[in-house]
Amino acid sequence: MRSQGRAIAAEPPAAGALASTIVIRPSRGWVALRLRELWEYRELFYFLAWRDIKVRYKQTALGAAWAIIQPFFTMVVFSIFFGQLAKIPSDGLPYPVFAYCALLPWHLFAYALNESANSMVANQQLIKKVYFPRLIVPLAGVLAGLADFGIAFAVLLLLMLYYGIVPTVAIVTLPLFLLLAIAAALAVGLWLSTLNVQYRDVRYVIPFLTQFWLFATPVAYPSSLVPEPWRPLYGLNPMAGVVEGFRWALLGKAEWPGPMIFVSAAMVAALLVSGLFYFRRMERTFADVV
Amino acid sequence: MSDVAIRVDRLSKRYRIGRAERYKTLRDTVVEGVMAPLRALGAALNGHGRTPDDGESDQHIWALRGVSFEVRRGEVVGIIGRNGAGKSTLLKILSRITEPTEGYAEILGRVGSLLEVGTGFHPELSGRENIFLNGAILGMKRAEIERTFDEIVAFAEVEKFVDTPVKHYSTGMQMRLAFAVAAHVDPEILLIDEVLAVGDAGFQKKCLGKMGDIARRGRTVLVVSHNMPSIVNLCQRAILLEAGEVLRDGAPPEVIQQYLGTIRSAGGEAMWADPSRAPGNDIARLHAVRILQEGCEGPIADVDIAKDVLVQIAYWNLREGAELYASIWLRDQMGTPVLASGNATSVSLTHDPWYGRPHPRGLFHSVCRIPGNFLNEGLYSIAAILGTAPSTTQVLQDYVLSFHVHDTGEMRKEFFGGWLGTVRPRLAWHTEFVEPAAHAAERGQ
Ligand SMILES: Nc1ncnc2c1ncn2[C@@H]1O[C@H](COP(=O)(O)OP(=O)(O)OP(=O)(O)O)[C@@H](O)[C@H]1O
Ligand SMILES: [Mg+2]
Repeated sequence: MRSQGRAIAAEPPAAGALASTIVIRPSRGWVALRLRELWEYRELFYFLAWRDIKVRYKQTALGAAWAIIQPFFTMVVFSIFFGQLAKIPSDGLPYPVFAYCALLPWHLFAYALNESANSMVANQQLIKKVYFPRLIVPLAGVLAGLADFGIAFAVLLLLMLYYGIVPTVAIVTLPLFLLLAIAAALAVGLWLSTLNVQYRDVRYVIPFLTQFWLFATPVAYPSSLVPEPWRPLYGLNPMAGVVEGFRWALLGKAEWPGPMIFVSAAMVAALLVSGLFYFRRMERTFADVV
Repeated sequence: MSDVAIRVDRLSKRYRIGRAERYKTLRDTVVEGVMAPLRALGAALNGHGRTPDDGESDQHIWALRGVSFEVRRGEVVGIIGRNGAGKSTLLKILSRITEPTEGYAEILGRVGSLLEVGTGFHPELSGRENIFLNGAILGMKRAEIERTFDEIVAFAEVEKFVDTPVKHYSTGMQMRLAFAVAAHVDPEILLIDEVLAVGDAGFQKKCLGKMGDIARRGRTVLVVSHNMPSIVNLCQRAILLEAGEVLRDGAPPEVIQQYLGTIRSAGGEAMWADPSRAPGNDIARLHAVRILQEGCEGPIADVDIAKDVLVQIAYWNLREGAELYASIWLRDQMGTPVLASGNATSVSLTHDPWYGRPHPRGLFHSVCRIPGNFLNEGLYSIAAILGTAPSTTQVLQDYVLSFHVHDTGEMRKEFFGGWLGTVRPRLAWHTEFVEPAAHAAERGQ
């Protein structure tokens, strides 16, 4: 249809086009997720994510270096205070690598969470004037964090080289943990972005939330500090599973975090599915309220 | 194959208005949550069991109410109505941005909507990047954008600036670029909300031309506009919305005429209730100046080009036996005088018995009739003058009042675009065939 472009433009649309009939009526209660429609709008999704990445470091003096500076200096501070002064154990790994390896997924999570939670409000102009599956907006927000992650990841590889750490075969599971981090950010982001449309308080809650969450996550300390029987419960914090998973997959030496991971994954799945349905349910009023 | 493109059936949309609904804070909700049961209890005790959310409360308004119509394939339909009539709401529902509260609608075909020019433009991105982003937002595929890219840039006339961030564009350039992208979206059914008038006069003409193209290409178009001439020119049919309901649905000239009859905008009147403060002196003072038109009750600020415009000067005579006259000046929107007229016997078309005649003390109304099909479209303003015969000005109030002359399309069947001139009378034309070509050629030799 498209490839024929302007050639057929002179005639009325072909009968085949009738296949696309849109029915508009009020919806009630819970609604389907319509993931297929989401797929049809993948180009818009891509463009929105691309815009967020592109705009992110425009007019900054250091540009993409920020993607490294943030986790790197956090790592330095952690190494001095927690590693050197407080002598916090690091599962037998050099503390800087230990911390940096955890800061990577953490920054990805915190950034993606923040972006997606604010995305509906930030894109309100779009939401009020154009139709598209609204889910694209928080999704694109999450994706924008990946670019930073990629850059900061290169630094991790250098650090590993410096300390002579060779990853084991466990590294093949890394994408799974990455996915888990993204899913966790999206899940929480969906809930917060939906709430944010109605309650602008969310914007002020997010910094607190991420700050508390950082300390509740084994970034500066190992989860082995938590007594063995409690560890699966610790996995209820999805980021605990993600962080330990990263260490296990990349640094090899840390022990397999075990059931904690599965608890985290289940937690993320529950949050994500509920978040998706909640979002879709509230979606119909977004354009009116935002 | 049915030839219906859009079917709208008893569509209604209710909005909640009032403080609590927008940007609720958690505190509001908490307070409400605590207060609502208390209030309900109080109401129950008082014996009227009205719940706060029974739908008919004044917290709600119906932006649309029971709207039904059908649009056939290839039809171009204009939607008109005053501010807040529900035009944008209708288009928002049809483009699925918001859901109806009740009713049903069906759209058969690929639909694109254009509710705002430049939605999603990002100031930090270059013109090129914004074309891609905006195109994607408007539902164009990447390949489609690539194919029309040069056309878009040429249409917007921003060739030299494609790689400059849009924030360094002038407002007009941004608008042009935005419209250019929008104009190259090519769905079967197009919903457009008031985006026709952007940029300078030259570019506007181009936009209207492009719209005409789209309409002629057999696309189904639903267009909202306050620009009546463009409705007359582009549309085969117009729908008049009033307070969320369809008031009239039919041929554009008739619908527009009814619309202009209903606007009756506040205005069309300048009045001084207190004679001691009104412009004037101890001989005469103005009471009011009004614009009237037959078929409309009361003063109006928007008049139909085809009908007579009545300018009424209401004045008090304060000195027994003063020999008063009344006159007006009419200026166009640049302030250029179009005409001057008065009720003097040698000036007026009809005899005015009160001209120069000793007036008893009291209130008088002098009316000047400006014929229909005489003024051009546009804004005019009035100066009201009172004097004592033969020619001593006592009161001169310039720019007391202005009014808008609207074209209802009667003279636009063959021609489209602005009419040149301050006045636009219908003049008689006659052409004769003098002699065939052969004779003229012979004589030339
Ligand atoms: N999101 C909203 N929340 C509450 N009320 C709304 C909302 N959007 C529109 N309304 C109300 O609905 C009514 C119709 O608005 P709409 O925008 O459809 O008018 P319109 O005909 O497009 O007017 P205009 O000519 O000014 O563009 C108005 O009274 C408006 O206040
Ligand atoms: Mg509107």
